[in-house]
Amino acid sequence: MASKDRKPLLTIKGLKTYFPVKSGFLGKTKTYVQAVNDINLTIYKGETLGLVGESGCGKTTLGKTILQLYKPTEGEMVYEFADGPKNLEKLDNKEMDEARRKIQIVFQDPQSSLNPSFTIYQSLSDPLKKFGVKTKEERRKIIGDLLEAVNMRREYMDRYPHEFSGGQRQRIGIARALCINPELVICDEAVSALDVSIQAQVLNLLKKLKEERDLTYIFITHDLSVVEYISDRIAVMYLGRIVELADADELYHHTVHPYTQALLSAIPVADIHHKKNRILLEGDVPSPMSPPSGCHFHGRCKQCQEICKKEKPELKKYEINGRDHYIACHFAEENIRKACEKDE
Amino acid sequence: MSTSSKNARLNRKFDQIRRMEESGELKKKKSGNRALRKLLNNRLAIIGGVIFLLILLACIAAPLLTSYSPKAVDMKSILKAPSSAHLFGTDKIGRDVFARVLYGGRMSIAIGFGSALGCAAIGVLLGCYSAYRGGWFDSLMVRISEVFMSIPQLILVMMLVAILGQSAKNIVIIFVICGWGSCFRMARSQVLSIREEEYVQSLKVFGLNPFVICYKHILPNALSPIIVNVTLSTAMFILEEAALSFLGLGVPMEIPTWGNILNAAQDMYTLQNNWWMWLPTGIVVSLFVMSINFMGDGIRDTTDPTQQG
Repeated sequence: MASKDRKPLLTIKGLKTYFPVKSGFLGKTKTYVQAVNDINLTIYKGETLGLVGESGCGKTTLGKTILQLYKPTEGEMVYEFADGPKNLEKLDNKEMDEARRKIQIVFQDPQSSLNPSFTIYQSLSDPLKKFGVKTKEERRKIIGDLLEAVNMRREYMDRYPHEFSGGQRQRIGIARALCINPELVICDEAVSALDVSIQAQVLNLLKKLKEERDLTYIFITHDLSVVEYISDRIAVMYLGRIVELADADELYHHTVHPYTQALLSAIPVADIHHKKNRILLEGDVPSPMSPPSGCHFHGRCKQCQEICKKEKPELKKYEINGRDHYIACHFAEENIRKACEKDE
Repeated sequence: MSTSSKNARLNRKFDQIRRMEESGELKKKKSGNRALRKLLNNRLAIIGGVIFLLILLACIAAPLLTSYSPKAVDMKSILKAPSSAHLFGTDKIGRDVFARVLYGGRMSIAIGFGSALGCAAIGVLLGCYSAYRGGWFDSLMVRISEVFMSIPQLILVMMLVAILGQSAKNIVIIFVICGWGSCFRMARSQVLSIREEEYVQSLKVFGLNPFVICYKHILPNALSPIIVNVTLSTAMFILEEAALSFLGLGVPMEIPTWGNILNAAQDMYTLQNNWWMWLPTGIVVSLFVMSINFMGDGIRDTTDPTQQG
């Protein structure tokens, strides 16, 4: 995709989502889990943005904040509706429904993402009813079409979730997200619970649906090979912040941030002659309740200097061979130089 | 016959079966409600249901089955053993025990079921919403339920009897006031775990009405332990009614209930010499309670959607 003529779909500015931790006899709020900590991000129409990071770094919280399942503590999210941009938090009820029609989610766990006591038709019926599909025949037609779109048979709509396999259920979850024709679909670890062959099947389905229905994806995952396959751009998160953001191939070619380097070095390669240069990180991710000062990554970073402990690096824009690359590191320029040396 | 032709024949047959299976011809056309079909397949539940219905109908149709009045005193036939005139014999003041069991059943069953359903209705309605909504509303409801559960039942009974007088209706009210808390907690704990399931999250993303999510989508999945609880507490309330009646605080003595009948036979002499005063009644009570439990199990299985049927 040409990078200049993209239209932004969702712009996130300074977003913070904190969860209060109550303790003590009177339940006084003492500390906060800083799950999403000052995120600036623009999602363009028609792209697939991969969001990677290890567990507990706030990927899912970010997704659920966009869906308004969690209330953001600070910051704003501006979505481009047909009649102009609006802040997602300041919508009246009618506009809120419009936003719900536009943004949908595919969940991680195929076991719990469908109501076990309802057939597929019954499960999908209420949302459709809410969004204006009044008659039963119409609803059955829409659900049948959707099931065919995700490569399943129409008749399956009268079956119960326990009659399906994991991959099938995940495809039904995708069908549910698509039932009211959204623009932006957040795939929250959508393939992580499936085994590899089914993963490929579902990923290809997602790609196909994206082209057919002109969708935009935010693809949340911890699996780097999956994200490389499906994403146009990739954002790497660490402890509630974005540390590196670039086009997918650019990120894999010129890996700048030390954390991203460590992550990418951990991708298994199916080649016995491949010599591994694994960067092993020491220690664990610090607690998001009391994140370290300065750069969140400084405790585990080999390049750590005094400045890293004191100052928080901002996510700055750099250009590598004419392509945009956002990095939050005090030593970005030095690392860019190193990354480019490898090219030659 | 050669093996290859045999194989070919088997293969043809296999293909045919597979074709039929895929086109759905093999499956019998399922008719009617899935839950009902599953319930009918459960033999124990059917037996329970039959016993339950027999006793229930006998109690309702009591005037057709016996010509005696449960309250009619007949001093000429005191403590008569069972005979064709008095099926279950007579008690100390010559009342027909069979008639008393039938008429008493009406009252006992009504009290037991009424209280259990009352508890369940209040407990489930509040518990489900409270857990789904969470926050201050939930903590408030939990505290309130704790207050109600911590009131000593006997003192409440005595208070209400003193204020309102002794009656079956008051007993039910007292049972519901003291009992809804446990049902509330059960429903709440069920919904607390279900509301984190992803399908609930997805309904929230669609922005459905919280009452629709709560009572239509979550409740059916939370129902099975609650139904079992209702059946068990029906049995419990029948026994509790008997205990209160024994203390003279329950249903007034002149109204026959199973509890009142059994309590007439509390002294050692009756127990040893007049078995007909307590044994048939005891058997009826046990059968009834057992049949309710069988039915409860059956209903629990049908409401469990992961069990196929």
